[in-house]
Amino acid sequence: MDRRVVVTGLGVCAPNGVGLDDFTEAMAQGKSGIRFQPQLKDLGFGCQVAGEPLVKDNLVNSYFTPLQLRGLNSSGLVYGVIAGRDAWEDANLPIKASESPDWDSGIIFGTGILGVDKFRESINLVDDKNVRRLGSTAVLQTMASGISAYLGGMLGCGNQVTTNSSACSTGTEGVLMGYERIASGKAERILTGSCSDSGPYVWGGFDAMRILPRRFNDAPARASRPMSASAAGFVPGSGAGALVLESLECALGRGAKIYAEVLGGHSNSGGQRGGGSMTAPNKEAVQRCIVQALRSAEVKAADIDVINGHLTATAKDPVEIENWSVALGRERGDFPYVNAFKSLFGHCLAAGGSIECVGALLQFSTRQLFGNRNCEDLHPKIAEIVDPSRIPLKTTPYAPKIMAKASFGFGDVNACVIFKAFEN
Amino acid sequence: MTETERYQKLQEIVEIYLPEDVSVKDISRNSHFTNELNINSAHLVDIILDVEDAFDIQLENEDMEQMETVGDALNIIDSKLRKA
Repeated sequence: MDRRVVVTGLGVCAPNGVGLDDFTEAMAQGKSGIRFQPQLKDLGFGCQVAGEPLVKDNLVNSYFTPLQLRGLNSSGLVYGVIAGRDAWEDANLPIKASESPDWDSGIIFGTGILGVDKFRESINLVDDKNVRRLGSTAVLQTMASGISAYLGGMLGCGNQVTTNSSACSTGTEGVLMGYERIASGKAERILTGSCSDSGPYVWGGFDAMRILPRRFNDAPARASRPMSASAAGFVPGSGAGALVLESLECALGRGAKIYAEVLGGHSNSGGQRGGGSMTAPNKEAVQRCIVQALRSAEVKAADIDVINGHLTATAKDPVEIENWSVALGRERGDFPYVNAFKSLFGHCLAAGGSIECVGALLQFSTRQLFGNRNCEDLHPKIAEIVDPSRIPLKTTPYAPKIMAKASFGFGDVNACVIFKAFEN
Repeated sequence: MTETERYQKLQEIVEIYLPEDVSVKDISRNSHFTNELNINSAHLVDIILDVEDAFDIQLENEDMEQMETVGDALNIIDSKLRKA
């Protein structure tokens, strides 16, 4: 019998809010975190807007020791440590001070690529025949698992400490991996999340693919337009989100605050067959992923109140909505409410899934449905499937019971997780 | 730069690499970096880079291998500065 798993802590470092309080307020007020980036303009990018968390130096000083700060040049690592440590603190968990680690707590913290700026610094030194000047942390800041390694050491975790990577589904996949490890009894607690670096070296490849919007450089807050008829590509973002997952027994035993229960979920791939490719999803795989997630969670399609979509603001949004509609067998006024959080902070790539999970879960605790920005001109193909009343533009009071969160990534990979308002 | 100034400068460099249970007062000329000051051996390379920057010298591999104590470091710094 699988054990029940609950969420007991959240942390976030997002373009529209660093820290849970600022992020909650930004989500409720529909505050955009997308800003003009002079560096992208200087470098001749087509898209010169992006979502980047505003992290003050004195804030960083309170998360890292002076020694850890020396030569630190990995933005994803900074975002991940802020979100991860915040989630741990939000869950009211102690930091292990003794010599013995906490064998029951682990970390599954994903990323797409880590420490790109540090890597560039290293490449320049190596090319200058100056490899001896790299210092001792060039490896630690650029290995993908650097983020789980840093957090693991800071918190003293002795269970599995690892980093998953599945492009833009990384964060949502991590929630599922953490859930499964606890449900199967291999851990009592998993800090899961994901992070993604900022900057031109991460975002450049997407600009080159011409899948970023180029017409909104003078109107950053309007640039990210999921589900809109005028959607022109996704706005690149960065940051980190983190969740503390815990067995129900463990959470109740220590009197922890509970945000929601993780009922289950599913991850799969379309195998880059049947219309799927490196960059486009196989529709059947997406639909199966959602259906299997419902089965795993033992909930009916009719029970889903809110879907928190992947919805990036590319031409694929109508296809995603169609996939949800087919998988759930629901349409028009019967369609669940829709969240398209990327309208507020862009597509945070590997960090997207976890930042969006944090946002989704905050809707349980604040009893509201966060509004969607920039889709007042709803795409006609979406309007054929979903009644516009199901896509609120403004935040409204609402107490969701069951939410489905999905993320899809390059490589034709999918992840869908089901959250439920907690009832003992 | 006097010898006292050089020692002080080196002490400031080493201080940041000390683990929590070792105080700057524990540093003496005889202190062994890894055995006595409990500095993580991975950080020795960073101390060497900091020494290079602070004294504007360059240390060779054999210098690094000989640098086991604070006194060793001071001797190497002295000899490099004399050559400079």
